[in-house]
Amino acid sequence: MIEQLAGSWNHIIVVILMMIGLFLVIARTNLIKKLVGLSIFQTSVFIFYISLGKIAGGTAPILDGNPDTLYSNPLPHVLILTAIVVGVATTALGLALILRINEAFGSIEEDEIIEAKARESLPRPKRPTVEAAE
Amino acid sequence: MGAAIITNLPALLVVVPLLLAPVNSLLHSASLAWMLTLIGAGSSFIAALMLQSITENGVRISYHLGNWEPPWGIEFVVDSATSLTLVVMTGLGFIATLAARRLVSSEINDKDSGKFYAAWMLVSGGLFGLVMTADAFNLFVFLEISALASAILIGMGAGTDRRALVAGFHYLVIGAVGATFYVIGVGFIYAMTGTLNMGDMAARIPEAGGGAVLHVGFGFMVAGMLVKAAIFPVHIWLPAAYSYAPSAVSTLLAAIATKAALYVLARIVFTIFGGVPEIADIALSNVIVPLAIGGIFIGTVMAIYEADIKKMFAHSSVAQIGYIALGLGLATPAGVSASFIHIANHALIKGGIFMAIGGFVAALGARANLDSITGIGRRMPITATAFLICGLSLAGLPLTAGFISKLYLVRAILETESYLILALVLISSALSVVYLWKIMEVMWMQPAPVRSPKLAENPAIYLPLWIVAFGNIWFGIDASWLVAAARSAATALLGGGA
Repeated sequence: MIEQLAGSWNHIIVVILMMIGLFLVIARTNLIKKLVGLSIFQTSVFIFYISLGKIAGGTAPILDGNPDTLYSNPLPHVLILTAIVVGVATTALGLALILRINEAFGSIEEDEIIEAKARESLPRPKRPTVEAAE
Repeated sequence: MGAAIITNLPALLVVVPLLLAPVNSLLHSASLAWMLTLIGAGSSFIAALMLQSITENGVRISYHLGNWEPPWGIEFVVDSATSLTLVVMTGLGFIATLAARRLVSSEINDKDSGKFYAAWMLVSGGLFGLVMTADAFNLFVFLEISALASAILIGMGAGTDRRALVAGFHYLVIGAVGATFYVIGVGFIYAMTGTLNMGDMAARIPEAGGGAVLHVGFGFMVAGMLVKAAIFPVHIWLPAAYSYAPSAVSTLLAAIATKAALYVLARIVFTIFGGVPEIADIALSNVIVPLAIGGIFIGTVMAIYEADIKKMFAHSSVAQIGYIALGLGLATPAGVSASFIHIANHALIKGGIFMAIGGFVAALGARANLDSITGIGRRMPITATAFLICGLSLAGLPLTAGFISKLYLVRAILETESYLILALVLISSALSVVYLWKIMEVMWMQPAPVRSPKLAENPAIYLPLWIVAFGNIWFGIDASWLVAAARSAATALLGGGA
């Protein structure tokens, strides 16, 4: 049992990180913390992929002419390079939206924003409305 | 030259919108950006029609990006199922772009329009790629391109309603979690099969024999797509996103975004896992069908209790997505072709409804709710009549496209002899008449409030709106083209092979 766990410690770490991330996304009301959780969640998947490509005793995948050399699989690493870029873009856009939310609502706490939305019986119209004209 | 274009059509369909996006973002003139976007959307539609004419007889186009042979390189596959989905998406995308000029100018600053249309092109290009790609990881990239751009478009509704920002943020976070789930699933399947090409995966999965790992991988991939397709219970991002987004964006997203995710869901279940029925069939009958029915009821009931018109139809979209998922869940040729018919018809219906609501909102200068649209049938008759036609089609009245959808779905259910599902579908259809009646009654039978200002009709959206309204009637009377295309799509999907 212990050896089994020790042999797959990378997966255990992945699962722990994944749960931390998902918990933050679901349970935190602070939008920045939500985004932090999302990043942790995505990072756990990156680690999962990267450890997937490692072969015990394998070396960097650069051909050295020796047919007996054992290489690690480079493909998952390349995929994660792409996924990291996507993750950075997601975080950047999320932060930009949070900035705008802070400007518009004066808060980045979800419960306060929900309160503000509830108080808003009708949104601010751009032009005079039917009611205003009456 | 012509031949070179035709052989490279699948790549062009993605490359042209993606190239137009940065050009658009540099433009300061809203009209110029719109013209470019219209050209991009129009050429995509023509390209999709050409692909459809090539593939309708069961031809399968396999396009190797950069001439790298699959499974090493990325492959685009276009068969009759792909091309039908593409025709629906590009066609409605083009019509939404036609309507966008007037709707956008009333809701978005002129100086932001270039960036708005840039995101618009990114969504389109990303979704077209999503539908065509046969590489499981490439699919994730397209998924994120379109999701990030959609979040931007939704957030741009902040000019008129600040709640759009929160809706955009939630869409971004929930969408990213869904996409990451999908990536986890792909990781497991890659670990078992050593390939990312869908056709290759499908061939290797039955012999991989890794029971639990395959189940887990499949579960993650499907869960991710359920989020993207907004299937109950992970649909919660959709009502807010659709209702606070700018009207033009609601039209575009309702017509094309969830459709692409539903199509990908079908491809995961039928193409990649078609060879292992012990996984795919159980998921369909025990998970997708109950969730679809749950979505149909939740969406319909929420729509009945909603006073805000845009939100009402966003809830109704959840229900309609349920009908599409239900057809897929039946996993029979009749069920899957009913799904494809409804993908096309629902795009027509919701495209028209959101466009008309956009017209009301622009004229009212405020959100459309049951109070503000009182008597609007007489104040804006041309827009309201098109709205009425699309609404009747949504209810499934004979001689409208919605009736054809319901007819084929009911037939498919009868074929499987699951009378409980049939009863539930019929009850939910009857319920959907409740909210439609509520809104039609307010619009047409109540007089406009006294001393209300005259509402200006919006001739710029007549053309796209009435194209869609006529489409609803046309496909209600002569659905033979659509039905044949949907049948051939179902054969291509269920017949195995990527």
